[in-house]
Amino acid sequence: MRHTLAVLVENRPGVLVHVSGLIARRAFNIESISAGHTEEPDMTRITIVVDGDERNIEQVVTQLSKLIDVIKIIDLTEEASIERELALIKVKATPETRSDIVDIVEIFRAKIVDINRETMVIELTGEERKIDALCQVLQDHGIVELVRTGKIALSRNPGAAKNKE
Amino acid sequence: MKMTGAQAVVNSLQKEGVEVIFGYPGGGVLPLYDALYDSPLRHVLTRHEQGAAHAADGYARATGKVGVVIATSGPGATNLITGIATANMDSVPMVCITGQVGLSIIGKDSFQEADITGITTPITKHNYLVKNPKDLPRILREAFHIAQTGRPGPVVIDIPKDVFTATIDYDYPEEIVLRGYKPLYEGKKKEIDEVAKALQKAKKPLLFVGGGVISSEATDLVRTIVDQYKIPLISSFMGLGAIEAKDPCNLGMVGMHGTVAANMAVMDCDLLVGLGVRFDDRVTGLLAKFAPKAQIVHFDIDPAEVNKNVSTQYRVIGHLRWSLQSLLESLEHKIDTKVQADWTLWLQQVQKWHQENPLTFKNSEKVIKPQYVLQELDRQTKSNAIVVTDVGQHQMWTAQYYGFHRPRTLISSGGLGTMGFGLPAAIGVQMACPQENVLLVTGDGSLLMNCQEIATIVEHQLPIKVAIVNNHALGMVRQWQRMFFQQRYSHSTFHNGGTDYVRLAEAFGAKGLRATTPEEVPQVIAKALEIEGPVFIDFQVCSEENVLPMVPAGASLDQMIEGVVD
Ligand SMILES: Cc1ncc(C[n+]2csc(CCOP(=O)(O)OP(=O)(O)O)c2C)c(N)n1
Repeated sequence: MRHTLAVLVENRPGVLVHVSGLIARRAFNIESISAGHTEEPDMTRITIVVDGDERNIEQVVTQLSKLIDVIKIIDLTEEASIERELALIKVKATPETRSDIVDIVEIFRAKIVDINRETMVIELTGEERKIDALCQVLQDHGIVELVRTGKIALSRNPGAAKNKE
Repeated sequence: MKMTGAQAVVNSLQKEGVEVIFGYPGGGVLPLYDALYDSPLRHVLTRHEQGAAHAADGYARATGKVGVVIATSGPGATNLITGIATANMDSVPMVCITGQVGLSIIGKDSFQEADITGITTPITKHNYLVKNPKDLPRILREAFHIAQTGRPGPVVIDIPKDVFTATIDYDYPEEIVLRGYKPLYEGKKKEIDEVAKALQKAKKPLLFVGGGVISSEATDLVRTIVDQYKIPLISSFMGLGAIEAKDPCNLGMVGMHGTVAANMAVMDCDLLVGLGVRFDDRVTGLLAKFAPKAQIVHFDIDPAEVNKNVSTQYRVIGHLRWSLQSLLESLEHKIDTKVQADWTLWLQQVQKWHQENPLTFKNSEKVIKPQYVLQELDRQTKSNAIVVTDVGQHQMWTAQYYGFHRPRTLISSGGLGTMGFGLPAAIGVQMACPQENVLLVTGDGSLLMNCQEIATIVEHQLPIKVAIVNNHALGMVRQWQRMFFQQRYSHSTFHNGGTDYVRLAEAFGAKGLRATTPEEVPQVIAKALEIEGPVFIDFQVCSEENVLPMVPAGASLDQMIEGVVD
């Protein structure tokens, strides 16, 4: 099963390499990973999606906890949480197909962020499945280039992950 | 107080109570060596950085204190790698200080530059690249704290040359603030009570003692449990010495070259209580058939060890001194005479196995059997030396035929199995314990891997006695080729006409002795023990011997090979 882990780490150079390296070294598969600053300037939050059975996930969590720079790990899988990815999709768009694409973009509540004579760039934030669906539909028009972030996730609980016991 | 970065390092080492450092100088650490020149710290110059790392490791294993090693940037630092990995696998507290090129030229493939924090990330507990000279005191304080608390391990501090020469306002911090590092010493009482209840129900409990018992100084508590409840116990290689080999409850080492009784006990027990063990594959054999009738309990300070290899039903996370003390308290009212009666039957059963299947070998009057050498060393040192080993057959024979009765008396590379560990580690051990008899048991292959350290031994006149179990082969490799590769002895013998180890020792200024017949063995050992300085004994042993019993890799513990017909 896929698990989404929120990993709070000291904001130090190399910490992302440390975290991802440890997971890879222990032969666990990272599906996605994304990192960025948090409400505290000296703390980085890494969201990792890993696939594995309960024992694998337990190992990922306990092994990661051993890193001195890891402050806290929360498994968001069991918590009600909001999960998002961001994608930028450059799609072929001729004057004839443009309006078709605009329709699709609207249905998905995506955004057109760039346009020229041959292509358009579409921006979409949403859950993984929604982005997958948009990509699939746009495939018919020809996707020139595509970039997606890893997943980020935030618990719906009123408290902050860093304060969890 | 104002001082240079280098002086700050030296000062901090003194504040940490460091007495001896092992190292090798070079451009990257010259300012540090300059500062050492004026300090009372004792520095041992080895002949190779790998030797310095193993020596610091040996020092740490023998004392429980942090071993300290210094190397220069680039090649000096990379030469430490095997030593760091060795210490990491066996949870040895170590602080490694490496020089680095100047801050402004880091990352430019500068002369003698290597990304040592990057290289050592997977084999250290933690590491630092010091970018700001004023961080030095804090980082040193943290490094020593991290190395010796929780599950011990090596910490690397990489220090750029200009950080050594910068001037700082020195103040050694009292307090350590590490949000992400809070080892759990006192675990949950509930976990203890569950284990006590499981023991109460168990008819065939078995204690499994590992290196963690020794490194956490908890042998007395295990002793008390064994004395009070007469539970049979087995030991991992790293756990040897925690409980007296002669104790009637002790079945000896378990696993690939373990005793028949220990392995059979694992197959038959109904509750296996692992204490500071890793359940390494050399111990478990085929995981699916490991302790098939038993529930497994795991006591460890490192939560990541639980369920890593073996699925456990009960866990206790915490320092063994806390958890075993708590277990003793919890057991007090739970174990009644009925439970004790079951345990007595079980103990009688395993003791019978042990008596019926002792470790044996066929001695000879013509050729020296390596096991005989070990037996004789054991007899003449009264099972009371600190024994350092290298890696191979001789290591396993040492585990089998030397009687270990005190913790920290078997010093050997267990987890990584590093050939070349022995000689330099023995230096560290003898430095740490000048009053003890230090005996190194090594192979001809292993000795050659770091034989330059004979020079260090001679320089310091360390009275180490070295037994070279010389089978003219990479014996353990040969054994595997004999047993599993149809005797195709691919590159496992030295076809160099035979290195003369007596002359090798003498070339460095040590004493060399040789035994070629069985009857010379006792005399030569006696003579070596009489001589005051370092002595190397070349035991010309028969090369056909196998380490037995043996559980082939990947087989279950009851599939022991007890004899081989060539
Ligand atoms: C650095 C290193 N290289 C290779 C090995 C693989 N290896 C394990 S035992 C062994 C043979 C050891 O030979 P020797 O030191 O002569 O001891 P013996 O087995 O003959 O007692 C080898 C090559 C190792 N453990 N360590």
